[in-house]
Amino acid sequence: MMRARYLQPGSLPEALAALDGGGTILAGGTDFHPARDARAAAEDIIDITRIPELRRIEAGTHAVRIGATVTWSDVAAASLPPAFDGLKAAAREVGGAQIQNVGTVAGNLCNASPAADGVPALLALDARVELASRAGTRSISLAQFLLGPRRTARAPDELVTAVIVPAWPPGARGSFLKLGHRRYLVISIAMVSAVVACDATGRVTRAAVAVGACSAVARRLPALEARLPGMPGTAAPESVQASDLDVLAPIDDVRGTAEYRIEAARVLVRRALAQVVA
Amino acid sequence: MNRPSDLPAQALTAVALTVNGRQVELHCAPAKRLAYALREELGLTGTKLGCDAGDCGACTVLVDGRQACACLMPVAQAAGRTVVTVEGLAPDGRLNRLQRAFLRHGAAQCGICTPGMLMAATDLLTRNPTPTEAEVRDALGGVLCRCTGYRKIIDAVLATATAESDAAPPAAGNAVGHRLPRLDGPAKVTGTEAFGADRAPAGALFLRVIRSPHPRARFTIGDLAAFCRSHPAVEGVITAADVPENSFAVFPTPKDQPVLADGHVRFRGEAVLGLIGEETAIRAIPAEAVPIAWEVLPALETPEQALAATGDWLHEFAPENVLCRGRVVRGDAHGALAGAAFTAEGEFRTGHVEHAYIEPEAGYAEVFDDGGRTRVRVWACTQTPYMDKEEVARVLRLAPADVQVVPSAIGGGFGGKLDVSVQPLLAVAAWKMRRPVRMVYTRAESMVSTTKRHPARIRARLGCDRNGHLVAVDFAGDFNTGAYASWGSTVANRVPVHASGPYAVPNVRALTRAVFTHNAIAGAFRGFGVPQACIATEALMDDLAMQCGQDRLAFRLRNALRAGGVTATGQTLTASVGMARCLEVLAPAWQGALDAVGVRNQAAAGTPLRHGAGIACMWYGIGNTVIANPSTMTIGLNRRGRFMLYNGAQEIGQGTYTIMPQIAADALGVPVTLIDQIHGDTDRTEDAGKSSASRQTFVSGNAARLAALDLRRRLCEMIGLTPAAALELDGTTLVGREAGVVRRLEIGALATDARGDVASGRGTFNPPTVPLDADGQGVPYATYGFAAQIAEVEVDVELGTVRVLHVHAAHDVGRAINPTLVEGQIHGGIAQGLGLALMEEYVSGRTDNLHDYLIPTAGDIPPITTFIVEDPEPIAPYGAKGVGEPALIATAPAIFGAIRHATGVRVDTAPCTPDRLLRLLRGGAR
Repeated sequence: MMRARYLQPGSLPEALAALDGGGTILAGGTDFHPARDARAAAEDIIDITRIPELRRIEAGTHAVRIGATVTWSDVAAASLPPAFDGLKAAAREVGGAQIQNVGTVAGNLCNASPAADGVPALLALDARVELASRAGTRSISLAQFLLGPRRTARAPDELVTAVIVPAWPPGARGSFLKLGHRRYLVISIAMVSAVVACDATGRVTRAAVAVGACSAVARRLPALEARLPGMPGTAAPESVQASDLDVLAPIDDVRGTAEYRIEAARVLVRRALAQVVA
Repeated sequence: MNRPSDLPAQALTAVALTVNGRQVELHCAPAKRLAYALREELGLTGTKLGCDAGDCGACTVLVDGRQACACLMPVAQAAGRTVVTVEGLAPDGRLNRLQRAFLRHGAAQCGICTPGMLMAATDLLTRNPTPTEAEVRDALGGVLCRCTGYRKIIDAVLATATAESDAAPPAAGNAVGHRLPRLDGPAKVTGTEAFGADRAPAGALFLRVIRSPHPRARFTIGDLAAFCRSHPAVEGVITAADVPENSFAVFPTPKDQPVLADGHVRFRGEAVLGLIGEETAIRAIPAEAVPIAWEVLPALETPEQALAATGDWLHEFAPENVLCRGRVVRGDAHGALAGAAFTAEGEFRTGHVEHAYIEPEAGYAEVFDDGGRTRVRVWACTQTPYMDKEEVARVLRLAPADVQVVPSAIGGGFGGKLDVSVQPLLAVAAWKMRRPVRMVYTRAESMVSTTKRHPARIRARLGCDRNGHLVAVDFAGDFNTGAYASWGSTVANRVPVHASGPYAVPNVRALTRAVFTHNAIAGAFRGFGVPQACIATEALMDDLAMQCGQDRLAFRLRNALRAGGVTATGQTLTASVGMARCLEVLAPAWQGALDAVGVRNQAAAGTPLRHGAGIACMWYGIGNTVIANPSTMTIGLNRRGRFMLYNGAQEIGQGTYTIMPQIAADALGVPVTLIDQIHGDTDRTEDAGKSSASRQTFVSGNAARLAALDLRRRLCEMIGLTPAAALELDGTTLVGREAGVVRRLEIGALATDARGDVASGRGTFNPPTVPLDADGQGVPYATYGFAAQIAEVEVDVELGTVRVLHVHAAHDVGRAINPTLVEGQIHGGIAQGLGLALMEEYVSGRTDNLHDYLIPTAGDIPPITTFIVEDPEPIAPYGAKGVGEPALIATAPAIFGAIRHATGVRVDTAPCTPDRLLRLLRGGAR
């Protein structure tokens, strides 16, 4: 059996060098151990939590950059524009406080669960994922990054270095609604995030709505998003049509039936929009 | 900074960190998880492991002041950081403010979640010393508790911001009725309490069990010698061939469950083979590597299939796959229903429910020489040390005297630890290896292999006359008992007795069957089938009330059993029948709830929210159904002037280690602070039966009282006074006073017995019952608990979600020996009832963890108002009856009644999940 190593690089170049030979990236560890049961790791573990530059949220004029090891508690405590209110709400719904204190935003994306709490809000925010390897750095949209359950576009030698959210118009507001069987520590049955910008007259200028846990990968609702611009914001919630959710493909599981998920998602979409246009 | 770069993940390295203010250097694999490092390298076993996956929060510690799951953090990530565990809260042995508040409020019951709760609360209070309740819930939301219902934990955290202080212990003669903080509490809030996984002899081997992945299969074991050669970590293997008597069960017949399956498995998760060796190495072996050839057979997945499976029996002794039939018939139910003015009927279903105690089963066994006699010692978490002793002796074909069972502290039981689990496996392994062997179930193993609440399918019909007096109940229930008998017959026999509810009903026909299937074993779970039955019959009570045009509480009060009333088994209840009183004390809360519903619904007009209130009643026979269940207690006075209570009434969080001394103290007439205890070691205490059937307060409490009175009589004799004398201890001088006479006896130099006591007393109590005849007529229980609960709910009719806003609970407990503990039982029962009603359904293979199997969190339990009704039972200790199971039974039907009040739909399936409720609201079928 291969002798797996536990590596704790102190800088990004060191991390990328370590990754060159493959390995499992470890940050908050909240998905790492549960996925492994009692078995020993068979490959190198590359722990990226000792790289200071990755633990930063940088709010610039054109974008907000969330470093790879920024935790959900960091996001919840950060001063961010109202467009991020959905993301901040999601930050308080990821497990309990002890998960939020160590679990990372980027890790939530890399784990690529269909029910990842962080995905709908970041999809709605038009987030991009920055990936680095020794060969260079690239940035792709979150929708391109997430390929399927537990599958992403990250190459084995790549590290997600940041999640980058391009600026929304000032005044854009975000929301997030999670539906589960209990209040805390719950995998959602369905969840929705909306981000909407309106002009001075209250008309929608830009809207994004994403639904999680209702398809293999969380999905935006393009038909709805195309209809909303130009509409008075207050009319947005009631404009939601059943066909807007046709892009979803929910399954039956222990948390709920597919039929229920679609119906609940439609209700949540309406309510998520109502929160941001009220 | 220490940076163990480039070191093998499994190789040892040095990690320096600060733990509880002390600089420590750990020498372990950098990937080793902090929880294991704390427990194994530093001996800090106060940090508990409940799930190993971040789902339960039991392992919560502070890392640089913030709460984190120690089960998820590689020890390398803790390097250079500051870690605080529960042991760090009272470094000088003086409990801190939060710990003291936990004790005052009864916030620790079994104590397994307590360290995690304390650490989560400490994180909050350090940053925010005066939090709101919502902030407390947010901070504690990641720690699961299965005992308390969270309310007393929340109260304790909030109390740290107040001037509240500890009360003085009760004076002599005043212990009963006193809110004495639990006597085993300090160990629970400091992390020193030893649970099943917290203790093992040095050098103990680890036992890992390989389990069936199939619900029904035949199997053959291949070349184990070759397997062992290719897996040198395996130091021993146990199979069915190593078990001298390969069968066990809770009752004498049938002993149907093998310790290790012998060529045939009957449920997914059945134990097949054990691997013994060093833990990490043994756990790392893939199950597929073990040479077992499976021949998968079609499983009987439902009772319907099992009942229809002609000639295909799970067990030869149970033709038609029926383990047991229960029957109570009185009068002519069918005739009375035909003539009833109003009738209501329905079919109701409930699913598998998992106990979900936070402590997975764990323990160790060792073979030892006891003065030339070879004996086996088993340390394990259990609700029944004496049964464990019998079963381990049976399996090893030893005399019971050759087995010693030492119960660990138990991190929740609720009936799930009333069957043996690790005990016989460990004993067989230790016997074969002649070395100590320990084991700890994984969460998945605990869930897949241990018992569940019986899924039920119940058809019931109730009828009343024009005035709303019940005339008949016709009840038929099938209970899916799974692959082995366990407690299935208890469920089948207990349910018919209770099927007509706490009401006077002249005509009753109640039939039950416990049906074998290839499902998880269904066994004991808080209420033994009565909660399922209550869901059905209380829904029908609402139907009848509506048909009669009567208020739901008034309708129940009209029919309530009262002293002098006759039950369905023909038993005349002569005393302690507090049903009507429970309803009467709840009447103002009921009116308040109905008024509040009106106001809330008005305020919610135009929204998808609908409010409702529901009410349900229950009764529950205390102790075993007819079957003898005696308890024996002994108590001595030693030369140091202290009493020693040899207390075999197993503590499972409910408080037997507190209330037995309270009872004994008052019977002796001495302060409870003079009583020490030895707990449940089968070598040192007598059999006080099982912690089941809500029996300990009533049965063992009586034994404790009788033992104390016996000792009192002897002491009075020794001092030359009559038993009416008042006794006290002045150091080592026994002082007796009677009618102006004062006698003193120095006891410090008196002769002692083998236990070191100068005098001792013994008490035994077995509840008087009369066997049931073929129609179930007789006296199944000596006394009954009664309760009524009100639930107020808010239903979102667009999503099918239900939020419980308040529960009001009135319980006739006869006498509350310790009101704080009684409230704790009620809160915890309500939390489990809420889970049963709204979210809990175990599906083997799909919910074998604590993130797919959901139990209520701190955010799900509403405020609970408790009304303790004390209608004393004349033959009970100070009048006290049990409350453990009664606490849960009325909750789900009260919630379902409230949902119906809010929406008009009758809930016929538990749990009432959002998708199920939405389907009902849309007019759909089950």
